[in-house]
Amino acid sequence: MRSRLGMGWMAVIYLFLYLPIFSLVVFSFNDSKMVTVWGGFTTKWYVEMLKDREVMEGLWLSLKIAFLTACASVVLGTLAAFTMVRYRRFKGRALFSSMITAPLVMPEVIIGLSLLLLLVSIQRVFDFPTRGILTIWLGHALLGMAYATVVIQSRLLELDKSLEEAAMDLGCRPWQVFHLVTLPMIGQSLLSAWLLTFTVSLDDVVLTAFLNGPGSTTLPLVIFSRAKLGLSPTVNAVAAIMIFVVAIAVIFGSIWLAKQEKRRALEQALAYRQGMQEIS
Amino acid sequence: MLKDWGKRVVIGIPFGWLLLFFAVPFLIILKISVSESDGVKFADIVTYQEGVLALKLKFSNYLFLLSDDLYLKAYWSSIKYAAITAGVCLLIGYPFAYFMARSPVSWRAALMMMVMLPFWTSFLLRVYAWKGLLDNNGIFNQLFLAIGIIDAPIKMMNTPFSLVLGMVYVYLPFMILPLYATLSKLDVRLLEAAADLGARPMTTFWKITVPLSKSGIIAGFLLVFIPCVGEFVTPALLGGPETPMIGRVLWDEFFSNNDWPMASAVAVVVILLLLIPLGLLNRAQADAAGRGSDA
Repeated sequence: MRSRLGMGWMAVIYLFLYLPIFSLVVFSFNDSKMVTVWGGFTTKWYVEMLKDREVMEGLWLSLKIAFLTACASVVLGTLAAFTMVRYRRFKGRALFSSMITAPLVMPEVIIGLSLLLLLVSIQRVFDFPTRGILTIWLGHALLGMAYATVVIQSRLLELDKSLEEAAMDLGCRPWQVFHLVTLPMIGQSLLSAWLLTFTVSLDDVVLTAFLNGPGSTTLPLVIFSRAKLGLSPTVNAVAAIMIFVVAIAVIFGSIWLAKQEKRRALEQALAYRQGMQEIS
Repeated sequence: MLKDWGKRVVIGIPFGWLLLFFAVPFLIILKISVSESDGVKFADIVTYQEGVLALKLKFSNYLFLLSDDLYLKAYWSSIKYAAITAGVCLLIGYPFAYFMARSPVSWRAALMMMVMLPFWTSFLLRVYAWKGLLDNNGIFNQLFLAIGIIDAPIKMMNTPFSLVLGMVYVYLPFMILPLYATLSKLDVRLLEAAADLGARPMTTFWKITVPLSKSGIIAGFLLVFIPCVGEFVTPALLGGPETPMIGRVLWDEFFSNNDWPMASAVAVVVILLLLIPLGLLNRAQADAAGRGSDA
């Protein structure tokens, strides 16, 4: 009885989570001028989308920025996660740790406004940077770093420290320890952090609106300005494709990660057994 | 010596980055919110002229904030709708996280992934999707008309209902994650002990499960509440005249009125309002982390 109630409730919530996404995809194939009234199957909105220069240019720009953001976020996030986990004591740790997670919850309008005013102040003195790809990338990387840090930090926390210590004892330099021992062990979390920050950047409206300049209209800005005016079947088509690509990437990504995790555990167990046999 | 140098670089890069691009900007909006402005340039607040050091602050923006009804209403309704959203998320997310934590271990990863999958897909598009469902000619209204529950379309878009629904929808995973994290760590033996001692399931739930998941409840509530206070995209697409939100007011001050000092003053007050919740969140997360390492 109790578990049936639980299953029912979970089904309702999953329906709630997936119904809007499902309806977006279905109505992207709708052959009717009224976006929400079904009028038969068509793929013409996808053709329309491909012909839509604003959408295609926005998409290309968004992909470029998302790629650069994901790379920067993972590098900064790795350093920040290391700092949080490995260096328990340094000056300003309390400030550092509160600044790490604050961008995750701080309303984006505030981050966007304050970052823009900083960049404008810098620009008045140095005549650089002008608003455009660079400034958008800065904003996205600030947000992405916070996400990446959380993901990588949780992996670092569960890491077996003795492996690194063993490498140190065997004479590895700190940098060698990092790229021979630590990096392979946290590699998967780096990949998921990369993917997560890529999608966060690909999706961002608010920071981008504050930080963009003439000629740097990303796809979310295009979608947002159209969505404000009303429903548009072309937006539905763009949405369906983006949802499809992300779903495939996430599902296959997590299956692949789970397999890698299993293989590594197996290899470690084998190596351990071999080592024990050699000793005895 | 070399190690010390390496440590400095590892700490220094992210620390410097955050100080420059996250902390310093707040000082700048604080400064601009009290600066004299002629629309293009901001006067220095501290001037040194003819041997006289002068500090010139202009609080008129803040006085205006307090005197104009528009701002106060927007602040109040932002806090109200953020609290309602967090409350609804807790009400529907708690049972969900509870049942997920009690489900067979082999299912849990898949169940979790199904919660996270919408979170990975575009935030903007998920909000947009509700427009199609809630519109006067939308899918829900058509469905209800066809079944015969209603005779005329009900207005759902641009109401408090659509706003809260949209925000609950996008922020629900932020509630489920911390709740699931605490509930799945809960020691089942405590529940068994309570049952053995004759406690009814409801009593066990209220006296043991809920108090032990307190840190998850607090973290989840704040993780939804804080971003909702300054939320912009959902109110812009699903909100209406009845739901003035401070994120939209700030946006309009900046983009429509081009009044940067006023936008800064609005932002400074939002930050002040959020300081206490942010502090509580920091403590809740430190608590959760501490408990995790003890176990």
